Amino acid sequence: MKGKVTITIDGQQYQVPEGEKLLWAALDCGIYIPHLCSIRGEEIPEASCRLCFVEIEGLPDPVTSCTQQVWDGMVIRTRTPRVDRLVRTAFELLLSNHKLRCSECLKNRNCELQKIARERKLKLKLTRLRPMLEEKPVDDSPDGFIYDPNRCVLCGQCVRVDRLVGTGAIGFVNRGFSRRVATFADIPLAASRCNQCEECVKVCPTGGLVFKK
Amino acid sequence: MAETVGQRYEALKRAALQKISILKSKPLVLVGTATCGRAAGALGILSVFKEEVDKNQLDVEIREVGCMGHCYAEPLVVIAKPGFPTLCYGPVDEGTAKRIVSDYLLGDDPCYDFALFALDPNDEFPTYEDFPRGVIEKKIILADCGLIDPEDIDHYIARDGYAALTGVLEKKPSYVIEEIKESKLRGRGGAGFPTGLKWERCYLEKDFPKYVICNADEGDPGAFMDRAILESNPHQLIEGLIIAGYAVQAAKGYIYVRAEYPLAVSRLRVALAQARERGLLGNNILGSDFSFEIDIFQGSGAFVCGEETALIASIEGCAGVPRYRPPYPATCGLFGKPTVINNVKTLSYIPHIMRQGAAWFKSIGTENSPGTAVFALAGKVVGTGLVEVPMGTTIRELIYDVGNGIKDEKQFKAVQIGGPSGGCLPGSALDLPIDFDSLQEAGAMMGSGGLVVLDEDDCMVEIARFFLDFTQKESCGKCTFCRLGTKQMLAILTEITEGKGKPEDIELLQELAEDVKMGSLCSLGKTAPNPILTTLRYFRDEYEAHIQEGRCPALMCKELITYVIIPEKCSKLCDVCIGSCPTEAIYTRPDMLKAIHLDKCVKCNSCMVACPPQYKAVVKISPPLAVEKEEGGAESEG
Repeated sequence: MKGKVTITIDGQQYQVPEGEKLLWAALDCGIYIPHLCSIRGEEIPEASCRLCFVEIEGLPDPVTSCTQQVWDGMVIRTRTPRVDRLVRTAFELLLSNHKLRCSECLKNRNCELQKIARERKLKLKLTRLRPMLEEKPVDDSPDGFIYDPNRCVLCGQCVRVDRLVGTGAIGFVNRGFSRRVATFADIPLAASRCNQCEECVKVCPTGGLVFKK
Repeated sequence: MAETVGQRYEALKRAALQKISILKSKPLVLVGTATCGRAAGALGILSVFKEEVDKNQLDVEIREVGCMGHCYAEPLVVIAKPGFPTLCYGPVDEGTAKRIVSDYLLGDDPCYDFALFALDPNDEFPTYEDFPRGVIEKKIILADCGLIDPEDIDHYIARDGYAALTGVLEKKPSYVIEEIKESKLRGRGGAGFPTGLKWERCYLEKDFPKYVICNADEGDPGAFMDRAILESNPHQLIEGLIIAGYAVQAAKGYIYVRAEYPLAVSRLRVALAQARERGLLGNNILGSDFSFEIDIFQGSGAFVCGEETALIASIEGCAGVPRYRPPYPATCGLFGKPTVINNVKTLSYIPHIMRQGAAWFKSIGTENSPGTAVFALAGKVVGTGLVEVPMGTTIRELIYDVGNGIKDEKQFKAVQIGGPSGGCLPGSALDLPIDFDSLQEAGAMMGSGGLVVLDEDDCMVEIARFFLDFTQKESCGKCTFCRLGTKQMLAILTEITEGKGKPEDIELLQELAEDVKMGSLCSLGKTAPNPILTTLRYFRDEYEAHIQEGRCPALMCKELITYVIIPEKCSKLCDVCIGSCPTEAIYTRPDMLKAIHLDKCVKCNSCMVACPPQYKAVVKISPPLAVEKEEGGAESEG
């Protein structure tokens, strides 16, 4: 049996399970921290979306809350100028490589990016950064869903759930800016070993993988 | 009767010394055939020596060796002839090689004209220590490079090689760790983490098997020290790796080499086989109860694979993508087991420290960064090459004394230190003593030890763009800041160098650079903005000139310059520039002087190179002239 520890988030004390990662502890307490890539219970978190920054007393710089185990007496602030700035930049960077036009998106009103924008009062359009989207072909070969790489934020949720259910149809390909999710040999999903279980669509936080209406 | 470890080693050493003494009884020719020497034609020189020696039926031993670090004088040849001082010659061409054979090996004239320096004190010719470079340099891990045959283990053993391992095997692992901790050795891969602490962490883990990995994934543009060590003295590294393995009680070691280093790989393979044959590697090393194996793993040359967690992923067969730390590899590394990862240079120090003691090591360098620093001097410096100096040597000493100053008597502008993720430091930093902490403070870093000297012709915005272009392409793409942040910053820098920058870009660049540095997942992203941050800090005026005046002060950014021929300097009798121009942009005016059609000029620089030095009539100007139909008078154009 794991005990409880006491942590302070934004001035409020909470009892959270010992050994829990801060992100999940905070979410359970009803405190929203933006996040796209993390999965509860993962031993070594991906920590790739770089959105869940918080400041912890005693640590010199903001840290990602998905990688931080809670300790008794931990004092956390989820909104500081430094945190807000990092989250804003990370969010804008993601938008710079994301096909916006939300009204045309099947995930409209059900999208994590929209939620982050709402929670953190961020604009869903590019103001300071250059648009970086190089439009890639959409794969609508499966019966029930569509893969639109232009709306993918590379959180990797689909890749990990695909591996978890044992299909192994998709993975990351290429490096750097060219990194994207693809099937082996880059064939359409319907032609790949994908069995269309649609687990990946359920976990996708954006319009990258959406059910056909 | 069972022999002790020490007795077995003594036998090996006796045999090695005997072999060397036979070798020393006749003239010995050493040709530097590391990759750098080969690029300069060393293999051709080697065959000339072989042919000439054969032709003259001389009893001369010819050996291939590694790199002595004098890149500016490649190919290098060292000749040791009994009765004469050992001399180093360079650069050696075919003619010189033939002369040396006929006059020195056949005759008795050491051809001093071609010699660079002598290797031992003598009354005839200055030694290396008689030059400023030799005074300042203190070679530890480069000491034997270029002087021993990397493919003959006896050369290494004759110079006390594997003596440290022998001593270590007779002590406890904890003794080794204490000694390395005591020496305050810091990792030479760039970050400068205390090596002893890393080893101790791994040693204290009770999970087995454990692994030790040598990181030889050198990917910095402008850095070649790891390659030189691998190609010149592989046993020094192997001995260090075995000692590391013993210290943490690992049974298996890996050397992770990039596949772009084929010669390093082949020389390593030979070295490993010879070590195995002598009982220095494999089961029950030197008769002790310690067994250790080393495998070579060839990486496919991705810069990010130098990051330790990405390197581990790569050996495990996954894509070389870093993961969040902790857990650190020392507790959970390769295949989830405790793993020590050290750079080539770090491991190369180990035998020296174990043989000569922590106190000796600490007597060199500075208090918090003991030992030496190995730098690859490149760029606009006269004496390019590999140098090893005590920590605390200033940048000025490094460039002006060791490197012999700036090429072509140009003005020093900056030094890019620490590779693509290092920083650009200006003239005011020349007296900065080089060690881990002071460089960090100045905004640069030790990195792997790349040091590129920049002069007045280098545009700092373009330099920042160049390095960012590299890191942007080498980003693994996993995390948001590195994947997209470097792309954004590169786009802004490119616009500025093309004269399309906007005043608000400087601030945006600064903010993005700070955020990418703070927010990235691994050290590649965290350090990628350093070239931007340091050039903004020290050379902001150049950014402003590009943006506000459309002017490149260094006359380097093509879009911001125009080539012009000054009529007063041009000669009616000469038209070499016309011949050199690939786009027929240069024409003869009615008065027979030459001029350039700006709309046809592609700014290839050919005319500037071609214009004879007595005229120097071609100049670059910035900001560029507007392209007009006519400039001067183009009537003669047909």
